[in-house]
Amino acid sequence: MNLKRISVLTAAATAGLMIAGAAHAGTTFDSVKKNGFVKCGVSTGLPGFSATDDKGNWKGIDVDVCRAVAAAMFGDADKVKYTPLNAKERFTALQSGEVDVLSRNTTWTFTRDTSLGLNFAGVNYYDGQGFMVSKKLGVKSAKELSGASVCIQAGTTTELNLADYFRANKMEYKAITYDSSDETVKAFEAGRCDMLTSDQSQLYALRIKLTDPNSAMVLPEVISKEPLGPVVRQGDDEWFNLVRWSLFAQINAEEAGVTMKNVDDMMKSADPNIRRILGVEGVKGEFLGVDDKWAYNIVKQVGNYGEMFERNVGQGSALKIARGQNALWNKGGIQYAPPIR
Amino acid sequence: MADASSERETPAKPRLLSDPKFRALVFQIIASITVAAFIFFIVRNTLHNMESRGISTGFGFLDRVSGFGILQSLIEYNETSTYGRTFVVGLLNTILVSVLGVFFATIIGFIMGVLRLSSNWLISKLAATYIEIFRNIPLLLQIFFWYYAIGFNLPGPRQAMSVGESLFLSNRGLYLPAPVFESGFMATGLAIIGSIVAVIFLARWARKRFEATGQLFHTVYASLAILILVPALVFFASGSPMHLDYPSLQGFNFQGGVVVIPELFALVLALSIYTAAFIAETVRSGIQAVSHGQTEAASALGLRPSWTLRLVVIPQAMRVIIPPLTSQYLNLTKNSSLAAAIGYPDLVAVFAGTTLNQTGQAVEIIAITMSVYLVLSLVISIFMNWYNAKMALRER
Ligand SMILES: N[C@@H](CCC(=O)N[C@@H](CS)C(=O)NCC(=O)O)C(=O)O
Repeated sequence: MNLKRISVLTAAATAGLMIAGAAHAGTTFDSVKKNGFVKCGVSTGLPGFSATDDKGNWKGIDVDVCRAVAAAMFGDADKVKYTPLNAKERFTALQSGEVDVLSRNTTWTFTRDTSLGLNFAGVNYYDGQGFMVSKKLGVKSAKELSGASVCIQAGTTTELNLADYFRANKMEYKAITYDSSDETVKAFEAGRCDMLTSDQSQLYALRIKLTDPNSAMVLPEVISKEPLGPVVRQGDDEWFNLVRWSLFAQINAEEAGVTMKNVDDMMKSADPNIRRILGVEGVKGEFLGVDDKWAYNIVKQVGNYGEMFERNVGQGSALKIARGQNALWNKGGIQYAPPIR
Repeated sequence: MADASSERETPAKPRLLSDPKFRALVFQIIASITVAAFIFFIVRNTLHNMESRGISTGFGFLDRVSGFGILQSLIEYNETSTYGRTFVVGLLNTILVSVLGVFFATIIGFIMGVLRLSSNWLISKLAATYIEIFRNIPLLLQIFFWYYAIGFNLPGPRQAMSVGESLFLSNRGLYLPAPVFESGFMATGLAIIGSIVAVIFLARWARKRFEATGQLFHTVYASLAILILVPALVFFASGSPMHLDYPSLQGFNFQGGVVVIPELFALVLALSIYTAAFIAETVRSGIQAVSHGQTEAASALGLRPSWTLRLVVIPQAMRVIIPPLTSQYLNLTKNSSLAAAIGYPDLVAVFAGTTLNQTGQAVEIIAITMSVYLVLSLVISIFMNWYNAKMALRER
């Protein structure tokens, strides 16, 4: 299973790297176009970010990032094929070309951006690492956790932050490292560990996976910066631009007040900014190698950033996460996109 | 006819190309060069491609600080240790499960194999049932079974089951008192080594005497006496320079003592029970391969049944058993890499898992990991081949 998958992926990566590197620059964009769909790497199941609903459809803000790209490229947000990946597999899957874009609550870090041959295209969720404990423990703060056993997932920034935090606070801990979030949750429920740590948003997502979500609570401490965003391979700037601007288009649309509902009316708007975003005048989709109505298609089919947020993780979802840092820059948050002009 | 005879008359100068020895040599050289060129090509291409894709390469990462914790380590390790050290920690953890697994699998396997041949219907059927069940359920499921079914159903640390307040069993593992050696323990250590050496010499002497005179000597009892009494005497004479560190509940978990983590327990249990089922079959076929005439001849000579088994049947059966037994040991070692599934920090989980992911150096790390399994397997093979040669039929 996991080991086998990793070996297969690694073998694929190795094989990919071994074959003469003649043509790879600029090929992702073309090959996606030729395939007619976007190969999107997502998590194995994290409600609100990427998880299948009861009909088997992928839902979540990470899923919507891929859907937005497909809407921009093909005018159809459904033209996406999803590959569930655990934390350990994800970068290899992207490097080897098994996926075209990795949209799997992945933290943008220096090492990942500079040494893996990958590029982060933006941030679709600003997060930070937190702790979840069983209410039975009667713990109010992470500072009381010295000596605790901690369940975590292998191959994450979580592993490193955890070590940093306990070291900085001169506390002891035992890390029990699993490959998938399912195992991590199971072990936490069975009491193998005293707490589960992960990006805070994911803790809320994992909490609703517990048999009794009310038996656990998320502690107030946030111990790290986790800017999560979509990742692509280096060397194809056209593809990188498309992924990056698909996300920026959603943020700009929210800022301009263009929504899924009003987007058709907005096509007639006199506001030059809105006219530019929707491709009515000024900028051309051709700069991205796509149709002029690329951003219109994104908003029409996927929604603006705020809609996407509320639907998946906000008030319209089971998670009920507040916008917080993810509010727009002019509404007290830090979500900010360069202008479309 | 004439041709044949004339050829036979001029064998002195065969043409070089038609000389089979020379041809074989040429072909081997060509084959080796091709393989070497292929490897060179692959390595060069890989490096070139990784560079052009901006993926960093090389083994420099082994000196960088790892920054993550590992659940179980047989050597000193913490977050400030290097990635190189995570490799050693993982490797030792792999060796630990493999050694424990081989040990228990061998014992259970031999017992089950012999019981399978028991003339008692119930016993032999029980052994057969064991073999059929555990041989036919995928190992991964068995690992999950032991881990989830047993490990997760134990009480939490605060409700731990305890034996005399020194042994604690909970879902955090089995906590045992740990021996702490004080400065004067050196003498006892030397006494232990000394008595082992003494026992070896004693066994040799007893064997020689037996072969020369036929007189038996109770080596087992004598050895036990030496092994226990001598170190014990030295230990007490030097003022008992050792004490026990008892585990105790502090905060969330037990502190002190040594712990057998549930991951290790489940993994060793699953590996040994699974592999033992195969070993049992190997043992059974080995014993059955010894012709019945041997047993009959032995009893005709008046050997007791237990002697017949020990001196006649087993030595001959071993020759049949050892080669497939080697494969089972190799399988067990390689299967131990399923550890990652339940979070046991073996080489694959720690090094080919976390370290690979944190550094992104997939090609290097997978290459190192594969080489390690290759070397481990070769070491086992070499050892077993040596043992096999020792046990092989010696014509006298
Ligand atoms: N943002 C962190 C952590 C990401 C992560 O993998 N988190 C876990 C939470 S337990 C997860 O999403 N697991 C879902 C899965 O494996 O499919 C990173 O990029 O390293």
